[in-house]
Amino acid sequence: MSATSNGARIAPRRTGVPYLLIVPAILALLLGLGYPLVWQFITAFQEYGLAQQFGKAPDWVGFANFGALVSDGEFWAVLVRSLLFCVVTAFATVLVGVLLALLMNAIGRAARLTLQISLLLAWATPVAAATTIFIWLFDRRRGVVNYLLDLLPGVDMNRYDWLGHPLTFFFVASILIVWMSVPFVAFAVYAGLTQVSEEVLEAAQLDGAGGWQRYRLIIGPMIRPVLSIVLLLQLIWDLRVFAQITLLKDAGSKSGDFDLLGTYIYKLGASANDFGMASAVSIVVLIITLAISWVYVRDLLAQDKETR
Amino acid sequence: MSRRTGRTLLSLLAVVVALVWVFPVYWMVNSSFVSNAVLQQFTPRFFPGEYFTFANFQSAIADGSFFGALGMSVSITLIVVAVCLGFAFLGAVAISRFRFRGRTSFVLALLLIQMLPAEGLFIAQYKMMSSVGLLNSILGVSIIYVAAVIPFTVWMLRGFVAGVPAELEEAAMVDGLSRFQAFMRITFPLLAPGLVASGVYAFLQAWNEFTVAVVLLPAESAQTLPLWLRGFVQASATRETDWGAVMAASTIVAVPVIIFFLIVQGRMTSGLVGGAVKG
Repeated sequence: MSATSNGARIAPRRTGVPYLLIVPAILALLLGLGYPLVWQFITAFQEYGLAQQFGKAPDWVGFANFGALVSDGEFWAVLVRSLLFCVVTAFATVLVGVLLALLMNAIGRAARLTLQISLLLAWATPVAAATTIFIWLFDRRRGVVNYLLDLLPGVDMNRYDWLGHPLTFFFVASILIVWMSVPFVAFAVYAGLTQVSEEVLEAAQLDGAGGWQRYRLIIGPMIRPVLSIVLLLQLIWDLRVFAQITLLKDAGSKSGDFDLLGTYIYKLGASANDFGMASAVSIVVLIITLAISWVYVRDLLAQDKETR
Repeated sequence: MSRRTGRTLLSLLAVVVALVWVFPVYWMVNSSFVSNAVLQQFTPRFFPGEYFTFANFQSAIADGSFFGALGMSVSITLIVVAVCLGFAFLGAVAISRFRFRGRTSFVLALLLIQMLPAEGLFIAQYKMMSSVGLLNSILGVSIIYVAAVIPFTVWMLRGFVAGVPAELEEAAMVDGLSRFQAFMRITFPLLAPGLVASGVYAFLQAWNEFTVAVVLLPAESAQTLPLWLRGFVQASATRETDWGAVMAASTIVAVPVIIFFLIVQGRMTSGLVGGAVKG
């Protein structure tokens, strides 16, 4: 269906109706997101701490909060850790997801259905439940992971405390997020693969293209739009892992070495009551997210135009 | 190696991957049915067998906080689903049946807003709600959830509305119906699957939400189910964990979600990666 047949013909005259229809949604967005956003931008340029909690008017400090951030070692540590965690986890997710999609495409119906049901169950598990399960799996005393690893000859994982060391803590967090997010990537890429027409592939085979060439020259380019969209989404989503990190920290350590941006902001704001600094960090997070999102939204709109 | 054996090997590999992937979910359900005394032994039980018990579920809900949390989750979810469906339906009709100045900006804003992380705003939302006395209230959290869920529900419903050809309405208008009547009699009945899918999406978001709930519902009496589950994890830091009860609690939280999720899954994938409409 072409874009123009969709209503443009019905409403030739100018009317206020569409504006009335979007007013409720816009009001809801202004209330829940717009107001906090504006407050946050203002507060990021103010000294807003405990004294202001008790009624003292906040002072304008210009870029002082951001200046304090730039010279704060802990902020940089958290920022670098978050970005690193995000990039590694997102790429791992997309890689595994693509491999599983290719696998689904290469096997019979029964095996594919088995794999799909298993992936759906993982995808459907709520984040709080999923994180709790992983805490139990990696429990140092009774966890099944330590038990199974310990069975391997020459490996001593008895009572290994996965959540007690930053590196293994983030390893567990990363595995958890990959486990939760791969199903979406696998299904999206698999849907893209099924759009690659059999005729084109057969024609290529007749023209002498081998298996690897068919992947590289035909399937690759055809699924590239889907790939770039899922990668962008993963990058955005893996920056917001407050739920997983908070729960893993509940079971592990309270130390700041285990913080990512979300838990760091929470600590600054809700625990230390330094709302000026918390707002400044929040704005950094929003800017990073919007920069990645902009590319995603552009892709999405371009695709939308093509498919309609 | 022949093509056939290659395919068989790949199928085997797929089944192994399936088993590994489903294992955490299986482990949750399994642990929730094995008596806690057995879970405390060094060797894990891979099947409940003779140690099958419902005792873990009883101890999970024993302290009474479960029903309060269930009530909170149900009330918040109902509000969010109802409000989002209403508002998003109107918005979706506007952007798929009308061309108007600002339409593209509205769509663009929706898509960008949908990407905003809760982590980037929750401190401001906390201040806003605490200044009007709405911390630990159903209303406060619902306001934030509605704003967070509306963008994607509009985008999703838009695909369904656009999927009903406007020509059908035009034909009805030729037969003498007004535009509003034509929409209500022709298009609206065809939107039922879209409303169900969007409603389930809103349900999942509100029911599972953890991040904003931690910030806006700090009081124990105002917990939603995910926060109630967190209580078990937090308690495990200070005393011997009753893993049977914790996994029973996880199962209680997860099972309704898994069922609803299976209903709506296909729509969510296509909505996120494309226009959610095959014209």
